[in-house]
Amino acid sequence: MNPRDTILARIREALRTPAARHDAPAPPTPARGETTAPPARDFTGLLPRVGPRFEDWTAAFAAASKELRTEFVLCETEAQVRAELLRLRDAAGWQRLAAHRGRWVAPLAGALDRPVLWTDDGYDKSALEVCDAGLTGCDALVAQTGTVVVTSASAGGRALNVLPPHHVVLARREQLVPDLPTAFRRLEEQYGASYPSMISLITGPSRTGDIERILVLGAHGPKRLTVLCW
Amino acid sequence: MTPPASNFLQRARVLTRDLRHRDLIQTALGKYEVKRDEMKARFQDWEGARAAAAAIKAEAIGRLDQHLETFAARLEARGAKVHWAPHAEAARQIIVGICRDRQARTIVKSKAMTAEEIHLNEALEGAGFEVVESDLGEFIVQLRGEAPYHIVFPAMHLTRGEIRDLFARKLGDAPSDNPEELTMVARRVLRQKYLAADMGITGANFAIAETGMISVTENEGNARLTAALPRTMITLVGIEKVLPRLADLALFLPMLATVGAGQLLSGYNTLYGGPRQPGEPDGPEEFHVVLLDNQRSAILADPEQRDALHCIRCGACLNVCPIFRHVGGQTYGTTYPGPIGAVITPHLRGLQEWKHLPFASSLCGACTEACPVKIDLHHHLLQHRRNARAQRPVWWEKLAFRAFAAVVNHPALWRLSLALGRLGQKAHGLVRGTRLDPAYAWTQSREMPRLAPQSFKQWWRQRSANRAGRDAGTGPDAAGP
Repeated sequence: MNPRDTILARIREALRTPAARHDAPAPPTPARGETTAPPARDFTGLLPRVGPRFEDWTAAFAAASKELRTEFVLCETEAQVRAELLRLRDAAGWQRLAAHRGRWVAPLAGALDRPVLWTDDGYDKSALEVCDAGLTGCDALVAQTGTVVVTSASAGGRALNVLPPHHVVLARREQLVPDLPTAFRRLEEQYGASYPSMISLITGPSRTGDIERILVLGAHGPKRLTVLCW
Repeated sequence: MTPPASNFLQRARVLTRDLRHRDLIQTALGKYEVKRDEMKARFQDWEGARAAAAAIKAEAIGRLDQHLETFAARLEARGAKVHWAPHAEAARQIIVGICRDRQARTIVKSKAMTAEEIHLNEALEGAGFEVVESDLGEFIVQLRGEAPYHIVFPAMHLTRGEIRDLFARKLGDAPSDNPEELTMVARRVLRQKYLAADMGITGANFAIAETGMISVTENEGNARLTAALPRTMITLVGIEKVLPRLADLALFLPMLATVGAGQLLSGYNTLYGGPRQPGEPDGPEEFHVVLLDNQRSAILADPEQRDALHCIRCGACLNVCPIFRHVGGQTYGTTYPGPIGAVITPHLRGLQEWKHLPFASSLCGACTEACPVKIDLHHHLLQHRRNARAQRPVWWEKLAFRAFAAVVNHPALWRLSLALGRLGQKAHGLVRGTRLDPAYAWTQSREMPRLAPQSFKQWWRQRSANRAGRDAGTGPDAAGP
């Protein structure tokens, strides 16, 4: 028997006996049918509460960002976003940038008057490593947790949003969702059967507490995470 | 006594008296507890969330074969290679084989308890490969050449001063004992390893059957880099990590972060469903997923303890366990310490050799209360004790219990033994706490409880007699308060 069949046979043999608990009736043994997943559950009422209105969502995302030390700026217009990027460029002294040719990202990154490494057609890892900031789009912002959802499709691949020391996310207002269940629904609607090879839920800048449980930002990934939303 | 048991006792004896260790652990866990409770309170219904998570895991484990088949089929449809490893040796061979075939030079690894379980680093180093742990805590314990202290916080037993000295000795770079500066030293060293690495190895926190993806939870971004830069990626995952649906993560990710580290969500929760796809700019050309059984199917075959496979390795039961907090993680001598370790290690490595772990418990049940997926941990410890004794009865224990039953069933014998006991306790005073003391195991560090000078029955009889004497003069209405 090949190893796959060995393991599956052991599992099937073990599952012939239903589970038993000392204090409660055993949970029903799932039917051995064709379907693999039970109906989806709604977790909304279990998870932290988020208000129903858009203003509640922006307030929740801003509060979570403050805790996480994400810099979150809610803008009115694209011009305002451009001004904010120029301010960041000058304050942090950006010399080299990295970005991808996303619909909103490309024009904004291109207008910063700095050399830009575009990751779309392949790139050199060492060249990306020395960029001062990586500018990417995203798939969603999650108000409940202050999370930025990116994929290898929406954020210029796997490394652009984690290798440079500063990750700048450019997000549209309609990308802000109230909670995690909605974010996963969005992903399913967007990609369906053909998911990108990586989906990442980024919650704050890179962090560690491995030395005496003291928080340090920028352990391996970005030390700064900025979210500009308009 | 088996060697693991005597090692456990020896190490426990040292650490329970180490006040510095106790301070360090209590401080670290004290901070954790505050944040954990704050995050739990944000849930609208934490108990409801636990019940839902337990039900989803029961469903996942109850149909494990089907979920694994779907998981593997979906992954392979997108160009990943799925390997099945019935035991640790098979998993080591598969992974060492891949590294040999690809002529790997530098391997970066992100934290994976399954890799600790199969002693992967030793196997790779034995085959001549350089393996670099990239998680800061794991990097530190790797430099020290020791096993992780805790499944979530590997270096929680070390002070910043010890880490500074370690970096100075091993890396020649330790500007101060400031945690931020020390972290930046590790960042610089590991960045160079990342750029050079041609092989990345990760673990997985969840395996999503519906979409064929693994999910990796971390805070540092080291697993993200491990999965982004090297040409080949290998993920080692236990077969019990299955969740049926992608959307189940909306519940499991915040629960894991809450009880695991006192965060609402960990820094990076990342799903990988294949190697680099057409049109994507980067990512590994090859993605290997190694599914590890290694006795998990034996836990599955125990209907009483099947729910031990619900475990999401959050570490919550370790953090609340009075035993863990006193004896420390490395005392266990196991991959998985704490209550969950005491439950699964006898399955993974033999009940008779590891039965001392289920016996080293106060059975207080704090672990069961803390578990986000409601594993019946402390009852499993009891079941292990029962099974260990049923397999290999201890004659003097049986004799002692039979004698005890005889004494408590015969009033005359009971009175006699009490009288003898009081007499014996007087004599005991001569040797108490010395090596001559037959109860030395207890009295070397604890007070011996004293037998009461009179039994309850004697006291009651005396009291009734006194009352009768009093009441005879005053009548029943004056019984008083």
